[in-house]
Amino acid sequence: MTIDRLLEGLKQRDPRAIGRAITLVENGDESAQAILSSLDEDLISQAIILGITGPPGAGKSTLTNGIISELRQSRKRIGIIAIDPSSPISGGAILGDRIRMMQHATDRDVVMRSMATRGRLGGLCATAGAAVRIMSSCGCSTIIIETVGVGQSEMDIIRLADITLLVLAPGLGDDIQAMKAGLLEVADILVVNKADCKGADILAMDLETVSRQEGATNQARVSMTVATENKGITELLERIAEVDSEHRDSGEREKRRRGAHDQEVLDWCLEILRPRLLAEITKRDLPLLGDPRLKAKEILEEQ
Amino acid sequence: METTHKYRVLIGKPGLDGHDRGAKFIARALRDAGFEVVYTGIRRSPEEIAAAAIQEDVDAVGLSSLSGAHIRLFPAVVEALRKAGAQDIPVLGGGVIPEEDIVTLKAAGIVEIFTPGTPIDKIISAYREACEKKSSV
Repeated sequence: MTIDRLLEGLKQRDPRAIGRAITLVENGDESAQAILSSLDEDLISQAIILGITGPPGAGKSTLTNGIISELRQSRKRIGIIAIDPSSPISGGAILGDRIRMMQHATDRDVVMRSMATRGRLGGLCATAGAAVRIMSSCGCSTIIIETVGVGQSEMDIIRLADITLLVLAPGLGDDIQAMKAGLLEVADILVVNKADCKGADILAMDLETVSRQEGATNQARVSMTVATENKGITELLERIAEVDSEHRDSGEREKRRRGAHDQEVLDWCLEILRPRLLAEITKRDLPLLGDPRLKAKEILEEQ
Repeated sequence: METTHKYRVLIGKPGLDGHDRGAKFIARALRDAGFEVVYTGIRRSPEEIAAAAIQEDVDAVGLSSLSGAHIRLFPAVVEALRKAGAQDIPVLGGGVIPEEDIVTLKAAGIVEIFTPGTPIDKIISAYREACEKKSSV
């Protein structure tokens, strides 16, 4: 596909063009700049970006599927970016989040993309950010970024979101771990999924207590859902809309967008600098002895 | 800027048979060979597979079948891709497939067919070749 045809395809919201554009940006292709500067900034600034994270098996993909179904009833166009880890050994990945969302596969207004972490730390944030822009520019008014949470790269992704949901379920020993990692503080809404299972009420109570102790101002931070039966989704979406309007009124949304923007620019800086610096280091053939930190400083000062 | 190209493939099972051990085995083997594998699971329609392949912008599609419906379903996926303007995405397939059907399937546009006993290295290099060929177009 030539770049002109690709840009025309993006304007027409052609699924092939959208898929291709994301690949080119993800691979750091030369055409990335032309693609990203052709996008509709108005649509990008209007879209709402939801981050959904939580431990494996909590029901994130099933919940996302439920949210899609609900939003599709009001004919909204939706984008989904589902992130799964790459193997640090082979570099390969299994991207399996689609399995729970296949009922929407032939719906042209549900734009879904699976993405592997590819061992990038900040770089993932930059790539996912670009995918968000492409999707929203192609008419997706809600974008969901779904990722397995607790690690650093997931926290970076959450920074991209206007509103973050932390999905937990009873019976997963990981819940306490998720709190330790600090996810509880960054989440706007805590979702207790599998609310029909034993222990759900206790988990919800524990979460209420912890968030009160952490001084959260929101009274109703915890939502209960049974994603497999589409229960609690309507209420959850109402809650999301409330938080969104609070954020718009208080300037929080603007503040987060600013933070995400600056972070993305920083990530791109590092992405661009990394190979250059590596080349410079290799060229110098530095002696093994001596402090690496000092050497780094010297190289940077000369640049 | 550094380019970080990875081959992306979709592995799915069209039709009604639910025997997914083969598909999962291939998915894992491809992952271990460095591919990014979009796994769509069992009981998919050819149209669903084609739509997912396009959104994910994969370099190849791999299908698996055990029940004997391959002769109808594999070409249906090729046709669904063609209808959606994505005839350049190669389709490979595997399963319990009799010798005489392989000729028919290849004539219908399936690039390669694997049967029980095909060595995994051969399968991986066939996927790699199919992906390379597609990206060079």
